[in-house]
Amino acid sequence: MYVAVKGGERAIDAAHAWLDRSRRGPVDQPVLDTAQIRDQMGLAVTRVMAEGSLYDPDLAALAIKQACGDLIEAIFLIRAYRTTLPRFGASIPIDTAAMRLKRRVSATFKDAPGGQILGPTFDYTHRLLDFRLMADGELPTEPLAEGGETESAATPHVLSFLNRDGLIEDAAPDETPPADLTREPMELPADRTLRLQALARGDEGFLLGLAYSTQRGYARNHAFVGELRIGMVAVEMDIPELGFAIEIGEIEVTECETVNQFKGSRSEPAQFTRGYGLTFGQTERKALAMALVDRALRWEELGEEDQGAPAQDQEFVLSHCDNIQATGFLEHIKLPHYVDFQAELELVRRLRAGLSDQDEDAA
Amino acid sequence: MSRPETFPDPIRKEALGLLARAPSGRLAQLLPELPEHDLLRAPEIGTVMVRGRAGGTGAAFNLGEKTVTRASVRLPSGTVGHGYVQGRDKGHALRAALIDAMAQQDAARVEERILAPLRDEEVARRKAVATEAAATRVEFFTLVRGEDE
Repeated sequence: MYVAVKGGERAIDAAHAWLDRSRRGPVDQPVLDTAQIRDQMGLAVTRVMAEGSLYDPDLAALAIKQACGDLIEAIFLIRAYRTTLPRFGASIPIDTAAMRLKRRVSATFKDAPGGQILGPTFDYTHRLLDFRLMADGELPTEPLAEGGETESAATPHVLSFLNRDGLIEDAAPDETPPADLTREPMELPADRTLRLQALARGDEGFLLGLAYSTQRGYARNHAFVGELRIGMVAVEMDIPELGFAIEIGEIEVTECETVNQFKGSRSEPAQFTRGYGLTFGQTERKALAMALVDRALRWEELGEEDQGAPAQDQEFVLSHCDNIQATGFLEHIKLPHYVDFQAELELVRRLRAGLSDQDEDAA
Repeated sequence: MSRPETFPDPIRKEALGLLARAPSGRLAQLLPELPEHDLLRAPEIGTVMVRGRAGGTGAAFNLGEKTVTRASVRLPSGTVGHGYVQGRDKGHALRAALIDAMAQQDAARVEERILAPLRDEEVARRKAVATEAAATRVEFFTLVRGEDE
């Protein structure tokens, strides 16, 4: 039972004022601009957009500033803001094969048609602190090498080559309007499209842990990164007043396709299976984790054994992957629970009193 | 999938996409003075649910929303224009709608004054990214190992 408490307004105002001052920091330092956060803390911005489930780099930068860099708090601000906006409609599904690539790697085919593009990656860095950044040192600003062909045509997905030979399960188009967990509460069991929505906005850390658990043997599914690509895609929507679809913008996304352990039987030839990750922005750890967890959750439709692993349990995964739901419930226990606790305290006192009465009786 | 039956006008479609993606500040430079107009739909900020496909090509799913601003205008001549642009800048949506209407009246002038510069700048921006990407293109090769004999 919840009982309201009153009082503390003055203390709350003072706490918020202190929060504002501590966000600002020493006034002899220049104030941090949201454009600087947007452009120089880009990966924090994309995480907030991905898990806030709203693509808007300026808003994400504002949320990060307001939250003093606490990304879950920033995601909370974005989720809250999103609910105030009307929704104009849904896009035509984005065409990731037409992505203008910034990065594209395959761990399965070194000679993937279209080539491998490393992009701005931390891979192959030495993970040594670079003190030039602290000293405000100048770093290379120009591309090092002459680019070759720059007008890149659509680059087909690596897995489409396997698919052509029937070596991997098909991903055939399905135009059924997908369920939307932001409109109707999620019902379990959830189909794959609803699971993908939940995973796309799920907490990166939670999904990383689950994905890692599958690699360590809790529902192992032998994932290879068939392809990981990052780049810009057009967002198209049908506009009723025009009577045709137009591009209403473009977004950066990360897409990860895994090639997983095969299935087959006496009647069906062996075939690789797929896991899929798609996230806003440059968020490749998240997209990769999403693909592994997506694949683990597909055990039933692929006729695999239930190993009782956490990553196979959709009730467990989908009910706990949302960091805003989780933090809301977790953090509420630090708010006043005086009356609840008084009741418990009374109960414990009564139990102890009863026990000591019994002790006396026994003596 | 149900799609409107109206034949898309490819030139108008391309122009509306260009206007949607353009930096709003740049549109304000290219069209500083707003022509006389009536607002059919005042600029409105909202979202569009972006969809993806499972496996890149399979069943559609809801990826997340993006912010979009829209507006509709009518010029004194009666020509109607619509703007749907990314982000939350109302001036951007209003200018896009006005340019859409103006282009239906004098396509050549709008193309020359507004659309051509926007297109050139976008091509340059994309080319700059593509050049950076091309510089990181890698040719992997595997080494022959002794034990493979």
